[in-house]
Parts: sequence; C-alpha cells; structure tokens
Amino acid sequence: MSKILVFAEQRDGKLKKVAFENLSLGKKLSTDLGAELVAVLIGNNISGLGEQLGKYGALKVIACQNDALDLYQPEGYAKILADTVTAEDASIVIMGATLMGKDLAPRVAARLDAALATDCISVEVSEGDLKIVRPIYAGKVRATIRLKSDKKLLTVRPNVYPAEENPESTEVIEVAADPCEIKTKVTEVMAGSKDKLDVTEADIIVSGGRGLKDPDNFHLIANLADKLGAAQGASRAAVDAGWRLYEEQVGQTGKTVSPSLYIAVGISGAIQHLAGMSSSKYIVAINKDPEAPIFKIADYGIVGDLFEVVPKMIEML
Amino acid sequence: MNIAVCIKQVPDTETKVRVSGDKKWIEEGEINFILNPYDELAVEEGLKIAEAHSGEVTVLSLGPDRITSAIRSALAMGANKAIHIKTDKNPLDPMATAEALAQVLREGNYDLILLGKQAIDDDHQQIGPILSEKLGIPAANVVTKLEVSADKITAERQIEGGFEKIECALPAIVTTQRGLNEPRYASLKGIMAAKKIQIEEKIVTVPDDKIEILEINYPPEKPPGKIVGEGADAVPELIRLLKEEAKVIS
Repeated sequence: MSKILVFAEQRDGKLKKVAFENLSLGKKLSTDLGAELVAVLIGNNISGLGEQLGKYGALKVIACQNDALDLYQPEGYAKILADTVTAEDASIVIMGATLMGKDLAPRVAARLDAALATDCISVEVSEGDLKIVRPIYAGKVRATIRLKSDKKLLTVRPNVYPAEENPESTEVIEVAADPCEIKTKVTEVMAGSKDKLDVTEADIIVSGGRGLKDPDNFHLIANLADKLGAAQGASRAAVDAGWRLYEEQVGQTGKTVSPSLYIAVGISGAIQHLAGMSSSKYIVAINKDPEAPIFKIADYGIVGDLFEVVPKMIEML
Repeated sequence: MNIAVCIKQVPDTETKVRVSGDKKWIEEGEINFILNPYDELAVEEGLKIAEAHSGEVTVLSLGPDRITSAIRSALAMGANKAIHIKTDKNPLDPMATAEALAQVLREGNYDLILLGKQAIDDDHQQIGPILSEKLGIPAANVVTKLEVSADKITAERQIEGGFEKIECALPAIVTTQRGLNEPRYASLKGIMAAKKIQIEEKIVTVPDDKIEILEINYPPEKPPGKIVGEGADAVPELIRLLKEEAKVIS
C-alpha cells in the first residue's frame, strides 16, 4: 500500500494548527488513493504529541528525536525527513507552507530529487494523479499543475483546509534520529516586536492603511484586533510611510493571507494589496471613498469615516 | 570578498496579469518588467558588504534576452560584473532553474551568494534552500538582519511571530526579506557606467521540468458584496451580519 506522509510541524513541543489541517487533507487523499496515512514528528521531547496526531487520522506516527533538535535545524530536519520518506517509501509528502515548511520542503525535494509544489490551496485526486492548484503572482492568477516525479512533495497554505477529527488507534514509533552535520545553525528563537499573532496564522485579521492618517491612530486597529482576537495587518502604503513594521504587511510584496475574516480599514485596495488578501473567506471594508476598489471585493462594506466607525465597533464587540 | 547575487526579472506589482489564449501562461505583451523587489534587497546587501569587506559583486540571471534590462538595473546600482545565463529551454520548475544556477555558481568560487527570498511572479520560494543542498553550503533564508565577518555570518530569519538567529560559516547563501535594508537608487553616473560593462554570457543545459502547468486561471469571481450602510450607524447591522450570516465572529 502506498503511503502519504504528513510532516507535523511543532515548535516548543506545541503542534501547529496546519499539522492537523494537513492530516485532514492527507486523510481525504489517502481514502481516494487507498493509501496509508503516516505522520512524522521531528524535534526533541516530542513523543507526547503522537496521540494528538492520531485524533486527526494518522495510523502511524514516527517521532524522530535528537538532543540537537530543540530548535529547527535546517539540514538536520531535511536529512531526517528525507531519510524517513525513503525508508517509508512514501509517494506523497505534505508540509505546511509556514516559514519552517518553506525552508525545509525545497531541501527535502533536492535530497530526493523530487518535484515540489509550494503554497498549494487545493489538492485533489484526478485520474489517479494529484491535481494541484497554487496561486501565482500573489494570487492574481492560479496555476493548476501536476508533479511528474514518483515522490510528490507539497506545502499547503495554512487556514485553507479545515482540521477535522478522524480518530484512529495510532501506533507511535520513536526513532533516535541522526541529524548529520548541521551547517546552518539556528542558535536562538527570539519573539517578535510583541508576543503577537502573525497574520499568516490568524483566523481574523484587522488591517490599517493610509486612511489612518497618522501612526498614532493605529491604536484603533490594535483595539479592534484585541476585541476580535485578531492579528494586526497593514497595507504597503502604511509600511512604506514607516507607520508599521514590515512583518505586518499584507500584499504581493508582503504576506499572502487567507483568514476567515479580513477587515480592511482605511485601505483603498491597490492591486498589489488585493492580491495578498482576496482569498479571505469574508472581507469587510471600511473606507470613506465609495469608489475605492476595496469595495469591489468586500462582502460587507461601510462607507464612512473610520474614526467614527471603528470606535463604534470596538464599543459594540 | 567574492559575492554573487542571483536576480530575476519579473512583472511589476501594478501589473494586471492576463492569462494567455491557450491558458498555459500569461500575456507578456504589455507588461512592464522590473528587477524582482526582493532581489533588489540582495543587490543592495551585496554592495554594502562589498564596500565593507573590499569585495566584488557579480550578478547572475537566467532567462530570455529581455532580462538584460534587469541586469543593467543591478549594474547601475553598483554591481561590478554580470553573467547572463542562457539555456536551451526556459525552465518553469525551480528545481531545474536551481540546477542551472548551481552549475554557474560552482565555477565562481563565491564566498557569499545572495538572492531574494522569492520572485514575485511564480512565488515558488525554493531556490535558496535548493542551492544550499546542491552546493553543500549553509543557507539562511528570509533574512531581515545580517552581519558578515571574514569567515562567518550571523543572521536573523523571520518566522511566525518572531525570529530565528542563525550562525554559519562562509561560503554561505542568504535569501533577503524586506526590512534588511533600503535599496539605493541608481545614480546617473552609475547608469552610464553600467552601460559600459560587458555582460558575460554562459550557455547551460537545464534538466527537464518536473512541474507541469495544466492550466492558468483567474481566481473565481466573488459575488458582489453589499454596502451595509454609511458611517457609524451601519455598525450594528455589520456586526449582526458577521455573527448571523457569515458566522465568523461570535
């Protein structure tokens, strides 16, 4: 039986949501292809995580541990994952399109000389092969592709596939892994400017643009985001003006996001911004200009002064 | 210090991308091509490091004849040399592109290889880590802070909600992310000087693509949204819709 292998990303012994999402996708594909679903964990002190993966459909969990792997170590992870794919003879490998996945997946692909599709938003079985959709030009268009190697590697965008429970009695296999020579050495993980939610991981995003007029006014965005448990984003105009840090920028030269709810405040909707957020499930636009392009893609719009609308929202939520 | 910067020419961010008639690619006719914004950061960083460590910057780019304008942009910023990599076929799979780049990079004995974290056209974001494996040297990817000494680098790489600090020996690869620097504008003198630099051409055979594009499409059109109302008076209705219709907040 062929195998589908899901790399279950964890940091600090905490599994990423995308690991469960990818297991749910893997479960679907394994049913269609008659394949076995296997999860792979890499790190240190991670054996306790296996059970959670079983809840989402993994029949087998391979926990690869080594003292040197407290933090993500690029070559170490790549060697262990590539070796595991080979040992299991897996035909499909699914990873998250996270910062770790985007670093790791091409390394594993190079080691296996396999094709890799990054940042996928749809993966289906069609005539026994995978039909994959990935946005290009930051989402202005989408490419439907297929991979022509025996082993097919994918990174799937977080928040696209729902995490669905499919409890299985899981066998957890612990492996003492050999990370080989680590050349790119990760020495430390530092928290960002605040211990805040990243836009790529958030279910709700509140973004502010030039309409805020002054960097001090971004407390409105922060307060609304707080009320909703949302991450804070920004348009390129706000970042270029030096009002916000680059890590918040959503758009073609920033981050591409797909949250359930995206609230654009004082953002007119330049084409490069729309490219980065138009795949959000619901979009709310608040802008004083009824002709602003953002209203063309918004599900719900309020035409008006954001300095009146946003405080009212904060008050009511 | 011998520094290589790999660059790509891409459509500018204001481009309205149009799918070609056969749906296999995009219409290139009216596109304004630019130097990939992330690669601009790589050129700037290379120039800064070359200035501090008395080095030389070579830009490398793979693609059709039109890419010489992007190469000239990098030379106008101050790069010293350029190599235009010409191939028997135009690779669409980053694994094939990386293989072609690796062949040329191996000949150059570079101490540091810089490139943007991704190209803003096909968005694969694969070349940096693949080159790391193919060349057998470390790579710090998506870097927003970089310190280079004679034999090693220290870098900060962006991750969700924070940064990873990376140390590695030279030779090494660094892929650049916004926040690292502010790319300089080319001076008139730089533009004139760049015109005099001979772009070296290298012909490389690339392996076959393992990614096949079946079709390019526009994203599905969203049904027209609704204007809930004007001003703060519309807020109660908006919140009701988000709770009851969209069910995205509780």
